[in-house]
Amino acid sequence: MIELALILLVVAAAVYLVTAPLRTDGRAEDEQLEAELAELEAAKEAKYREIRDAELDFKTGKLSDHDWRTLDRTLRGEAVDLLKRLDAVEERVEPLP
Amino acid sequence: MDPSRKRTIRFVVALSAAVLLAGALAYTSFSASTEARQPSELAAAQPTPGKKYQLVGKVVPGYTQKGDTTYFSVRDRNGKASVPVTYSGSLPDPFRADREIVVDVVKQGNVYVGQKGSLVTKCPSKFTADKTNT
Amino acid sequence: MLLAGQACLIVAFCCALYGIAASLYGAKAHRREFVASGRRAMYALAGATTIAFVTLELAFVRSDFDFATVASHSSTTTPLFYRLTAMWSSQEGSLLLWLFLLGGWSTLILYLTRHRLRVLAPYAQAVLLGFGAFFSGLLVFAETPFAKSPMPVAEGAGLNPLLRDPGMMIHPPMLYSGYTLFAIPFAFAVAALITRRLDAEWIRSTRPFTLAAWCALGFGIVLGARWSYHELDWGGYWMWDPVENASLMPWLTATAFLHSVMIQERRGMLRIWNVSLVLATGVLAILGTFLVRSGVLNSIHAFGASTLGVPFLLLIAAMIGGSIALVASRADSLRSENRIDSLLSREAIFLLNNLLLVALCFVVFWGTFFPLIAEAVTGVQRNIGPPVYEQFVVPLALLLVLATGIGPVIAWRRATASNLKRNLTKPALAGLAVCAVLIALGVTQSFTALLMFTLAAFVVAGVVQELFRGVRARRATSRESAPVALVSLVRRNRRRYGGYIVHVGIVTLFVGVAASSSFKHVQDVALRPGQSAKVGDYTFTYVKPTAQLHPAANGRLERIAFGAQLRVERNGKKTLLNTSKDYFPSQDGSLGPVSRFFDGETTTEVALKASLHNDVWAAVAPDIVKLRDRIEEGDKLFDKAADDLTPEQSEEFLALALRGLTGRYAENPPPARFRLEVNPMVTWIWLGGLIVLIGGIIAGWPSRRGATRTVKARYAARVGTEVRERVPV
Repeated sequence: MIELALILLVVAAAVYLVTAPLRTDGRAEDEQLEAELAELEAAKEAKYREIRDAELDFKTGKLSDHDWRTLDRTLRGEAVDLLKRLDAVEERVEPLP
Repeated sequence: MDPSRKRTIRFVVALSAAVLLAGALAYTSFSASTEARQPSELAAAQPTPGKKYQLVGKVVPGYTQKGDTTYFSVRDRNGKASVPVTYSGSLPDPFRADREIVVDVVKQGNVYVGQKGSLVTKCPSKFTADKTNT
Repeated sequence: MLLAGQACLIVAFCCALYGIAASLYGAKAHRREFVASGRRAMYALAGATTIAFVTLELAFVRSDFDFATVASHSSTTTPLFYRLTAMWSSQEGSLLLWLFLLGGWSTLILYLTRHRLRVLAPYAQAVLLGFGAFFSGLLVFAETPFAKSPMPVAEGAGLNPLLRDPGMMIHPPMLYSGYTLFAIPFAFAVAALITRRLDAEWIRSTRPFTLAAWCALGFGIVLGARWSYHELDWGGYWMWDPVENASLMPWLTATAFLHSVMIQERRGMLRIWNVSLVLATGVLAILGTFLVRSGVLNSIHAFGASTLGVPFLLLIAAMIGGSIALVASRADSLRSENRIDSLLSREAIFLLNNLLLVALCFVVFWGTFFPLIAEAVTGVQRNIGPPVYEQFVVPLALLLVLATGIGPVIAWRRATASNLKRNLTKPALAGLAVCAVLIALGVTQSFTALLMFTLAAFVVAGVVQELFRGVRARRATSRESAPVALVSLVRRNRRRYGGYIVHVGIVTLFVGVAASSSFKHVQDVALRPGQSAKVGDYTFTYVKPTAQLHPAANGRLERIAFGAQLRVERNGKKTLLNTSKDYFPSQDGSLGPVSRFFDGETTTEVALKASLHNDVWAAVAPDIVKLRDRIEEGDKLFDKAADDLTPEQSEEFLALALRGLTGRYAENPPPARFRLEVNPMVTWIWLGGLIVLIGGIIAGWPSRRGATRTVKARYAARVGTEVRERVPV
């Protein structure tokens, strides 16, 4: 009897859990826009990490002053491009819940 | 040098290294490997004396031990054909009748002599074979 | 509770099937509620599987022999600790563990990413639920852990004594955690290929799970090696067994990925290579599971031939076919415009590292499957032994260590020759100094070992140099003390310095392997009490025999142990060690009450004294042939008196008889055979494994994300501010 009750409970819980999102009103989201935003955020973080790593490489003697400055300039330029693209996308995105 | 030419050269060097490695691996494997045989295959064919084979099969019940030498027979996994084996050295803990073993052997006379340290018994997933429990 | 357990597995299976359909429909129709429903199907699968898992564990704990699995893998005399682990010593129990871990890890990851990766998530979910459907399907239709025992039994068969080791509690769960965690990057790689989104966001989500899986699997492998080392007849810590190899292969490809993904992050290169590595890692993880269960290769680990080989083969074929089709169809959009600028760059070293790791994986793969390859080519199965593996693995490993030493001290994009010289000189000198010292000390018997020690010193010196310079740079701006600066440096650059710590761990492990395999001393010898044998610099003396009865917690006799006490001496220092062979009773009712203790399973308790310098290892094989007459006499006596004795009297007389046997052995022991070993620096292997785990955890520890407020300023200034806000040196 207890076993049967447990089985029913498990089945009911699973059905309830799985169907919960279907019982609420969905709202249309622009997934592609959100994905683009997430992609650019991730790329920005990676670029910042690259800038910091280059600085650390310079401070630990792996890069000469001239090489570091050149690289840093390049990386910061790439970061600026990313920020511009990020701002353009952010203007189009609705705030996330 | 033109960058694309540099890349081509690097690619050719890497590919050549890979082919060399694969070739060396294949050659070494085939020349240094041991043939795996079941007891029926050894019994039926004329094994080359002194050549090492990897014998795979199940231990026949009724083996004996004298000092550190064990005298046992190995039969096919699914069959009755068997060959006699002598093995000097300590037996693996799971060694038992009806267990599957792998051992490198060399034929000497009518007996197959197991190479020391080569005897491996497969770890059984079930503790007992098919006896009833009490 | 058999029905309840089975019902939970059916619920899990149904949830998996529904979840796949809902996720894919939600993705195609842009219906987010169906995607969410699919995700919850994974939660439901995990929940149902957990209930099934707990149900089975409770059955083992209670020794409920109504469960066929419990009856065949546990007993009332099995200690509680091992009853908890006995579940995964069986085929069906281990499949349930796999599903439990898959459900748990997948639920965690899908929950953590529920507001992100909205384009990838539905497809990744579908793949993970696909794995869930496969494993739950096997459990429902092929190998159920909730089968009823065919007849009532009062006592189970017990856990195989070889598995009665603390390692049993953690080694399989760690390995399976590694395998199941690798399913996640596999799933996200498939999703990324389907949606053509293989860029920074995919890396950001894939890398942490791959690192977690890599840590878990690596630690599981080292634990397995340690367990194997202190079991007799398991070939020491590594014997190139197919199942051991199968766990190593995905770890090697994952290591390659963790390095080459850094190149993709920075330069957008190697996308096809990286996604192929992730897919290969997922396939190899399933391949390991297949090898254990199919019986297709001879392995000491294998469960033996079963009917599961074919379904696994089909799954692997689907994974390989699907992966190749996806990569080939997306190849054009994955190509990068960038190229490696210079061979003198960290990118080039990482690429070399990748090629070496993949080569190592290929060697291991070839060796593992060689019996089948040879059969396909020549018609006869052929096997290769450790010497063939070592012929290729050793040189590749040496090159890998060399690359490991160069990588940290070389710059990204392009290093100059003068800079490289400046950064490599001190580590190289350190390596050469160590080499010179070792030669002076006479450590010249093995050239490859000497080379490994030299290269290891080179690597460690490079890491020390990096730490020293980093601390110096930090102190120049922060005025912290050196220890505080070191901690700050590592905390603020976890990936880099965590990686360096991993490198130190790996070379420590390799040094242990090189030393223990090149300078080992072994002797097999027969000794009487009082006799000695010299092994290396150590003298082993057989002091006295030991013989003991070991009761279980419920008062019944669990095992009999015959062994020896040894005295080990070196340079005047003495240590006492104990080794024994344990005899567990057989459940075969046709055997006599005394002889069943000596016709059941045995396991050897190895004597081990470990230190950083040497491990002293001894295993005894007592000769009980001379006791056979007494054993048979005991059986006959019991046979005659069987009808006259009550069960309690029987137990009492049995205990007396066995005590008599143990006493006789102790008083008049025949010569015992011993395997005596002196293994240098084996402890370095375990230490190295631990250091690797610590380094991996540091490298993967999530850093606090910087504030996401939008700085209203000119872009260059924004970059400057946001870079500093993260983690400046």
